[in-house]
Amino acid sequence: MAKELIKGNTAVAEAALRAGLEAYFGYPITPQTELLEHLSARMPELGRPFVQAESELGAINMVYGAACTGKRTMTSSSSPGVSLMMEGLSYIAGTEVPAVLVDVVRGGPGLGNIAPAQGDYNQIVHGGGHGDYHFLVLAPASVQEAVDLTVLAFDLAEKYRNVVVVLMDGSIGQMMEPAELPPFQPLKTEIPDWAVRGTDGGEKRILTSINLDPPAQEVMNLRLMKRWQEIEKNEVRFKEYYLEDAEYVVVGFGTAGRISLSAVRAAREQGIKVGLLRPITVAPFPKDILNELTDRVKAFLVVEMNAGQMLEDVRLVVRGRKPVEFFGRMGGVMPYPDEVLTEIKRLVEGPLTTEGHPKDRWLARLSETIG
Amino acid sequence: MVMTDVPTKIVYERPHALDPVVTHYCPGCTHGVAHRLVAEVLDEMGIAGNTIGVASVGCSVFAYNYFNIDFVEASHGRAPAMATGIKRVYPDRTVFTYQGDGDLASIGMGEIVGAASRGEKITVVFINNANYGMTGGQMAPTTLPGQKTTSSPTGRDTDRQGFPIQTAELLSTLEGSAYVVRRSLHSSREIRRAKKAIRTAFEVQKHNLGFSLVELLSTCPTNWGMSAAGSRDWIEERMLPFYPLGDYKVSPAVAELKI
Repeated sequence: MAKELIKGNTAVAEAALRAGLEAYFGYPITPQTELLEHLSARMPELGRPFVQAESELGAINMVYGAACTGKRTMTSSSSPGVSLMMEGLSYIAGTEVPAVLVDVVRGGPGLGNIAPAQGDYNQIVHGGGHGDYHFLVLAPASVQEAVDLTVLAFDLAEKYRNVVVVLMDGSIGQMMEPAELPPFQPLKTEIPDWAVRGTDGGEKRILTSINLDPPAQEVMNLRLMKRWQEIEKNEVRFKEYYLEDAEYVVVGFGTAGRISLSAVRAAREQGIKVGLLRPITVAPFPKDILNELTDRVKAFLVVEMNAGQMLEDVRLVVRGRKPVEFFGRMGGVMPYPDEVLTEIKRLVEGPLTTEGHPKDRWLARLSETIG
Repeated sequence: MVMTDVPTKIVYERPHALDPVVTHYCPGCTHGVAHRLVAEVLDEMGIAGNTIGVASVGCSVFAYNYFNIDFVEASHGRAPAMATGIKRVYPDRTVFTYQGDGDLASIGMGEIVGAASRGEKITVVFINNANYGMTGGQMAPTTLPGQKTTSSPTGRDTDRQGFPIQTAELLSTLEGSAYVVRRSLHSSREIRRAKKAIRTAFEVQKHNLGFSLVELLSTCPTNWGMSAAGSRDWIEERMLPFYPLGDYKVSPAVAELKI
């Protein structure tokens, strides 16, 4: 199939539909809305359910209901809307039914703004809803990658009966780029045994997240945690750029990773041996490669469009063995490649330290810039 | 002695749509009656095997343990949204929610209004017992003015705590509502009427006529601090004047239904 110039939100919507999305439930919120709009036209065309819900609470619980039927279902939203969905997402996790969420992240906290950001990292990666659970989180850096990861999201959700989140910055949702859309998949014909559909005279099925017996609930928790270990073992994905001989490594996901790549290329042109590690699964986090890099590089620079949320995951792996510095822009401000290049050069020039917290140093520098 | 065959006919038995288990409901509580009416209707219509129930949060949180049908359990107030998700995927199956007043008329008001306004082809069995039962008898949106609860210990003061919500009346104003009625479970006569209404509500769904809801005035002797008999009298004396029984919305298409 030929590439076409297409907006990220529209591309993700069409990709989901072609991946066999059987029911979509959503609520308008910028910068995600084109996704909902596209499906509001396309789903009825194909005779598939589309509902614009009364709220994000409604939308995620419609997804919860549809997920209990074992059909491919999803919703999409942006940061404040995703906050509202957290309750439902915890229930979906607790019921062990598959569902896909696309979070087109915007500046926060609060209403914030509608500019691209990565401030939802902690909410999505480290919980947000109550209880012990993990989402499998995919972070695209281009429209094409968003398309590909959306298709993958459905497969992974079903494979592990787990919520899969496509965590994309507002920029990916709003940007137009050439992308190849996936071929049409036929709708699933097999319904999993656990899915409700009516007993038809057979054994009844119950899907619930309640378990008043703590030891039994603990067994369920153990099952979730073991499944997560399995996911950590099988599903780590990342991209490496110029890492073979790298002395310095930039770590960034999504748009921050993409901007960093421009900076890394510019630095290479100036003879700096720097590479980029771009996690594609931010959960499970690519710990092994980062650990391996820690042994052979001089220092890391973490670049994010937030106040250093993934930074803490990097520091947990590096554990003070090598200096880790941080550069971030917040509130919907995007970093420029030359800003990242300046940070790379600062890393090379040193002095470097493993003392203190990189965030404090970054905040001091940022305060001088933006006051 | 000569034995003669006496022809026998079963005139009353446990509905097949109810599991043969003991419920956790308090003595004198009418949840069991409401469950039974729903089960009888599912049996009579022969639709139990293609029905999916949505339980809610409240005393009926474990309703799925008592019905012999596929069931899901919603989060607090969101049962109509969950039912929407299921019904849209399976328009040919019967989907109903079973919700109490705290669940439906307080935390879940957005979801029930949304579902009714969209004319979702689901059936809602709504239990109004004028308090939060499961958490121990706090003030609900349905608590009567002056009614004492654990969170309105001197009686509901409408100046500070507002007024009860008349759910059937409220939902009847929505175009998507096809059948919205209020019945009561405080006497055998009213129970029979309640069953007819539940039957109609499921028929409305079967015929794709829109959203259907039956509000059932119900007892909560434990939290009301009354005997079973006393709580039935309380419905008649206190609840009926504020929550009149009646048909609040019967769409023209529903009016023509022959059952």
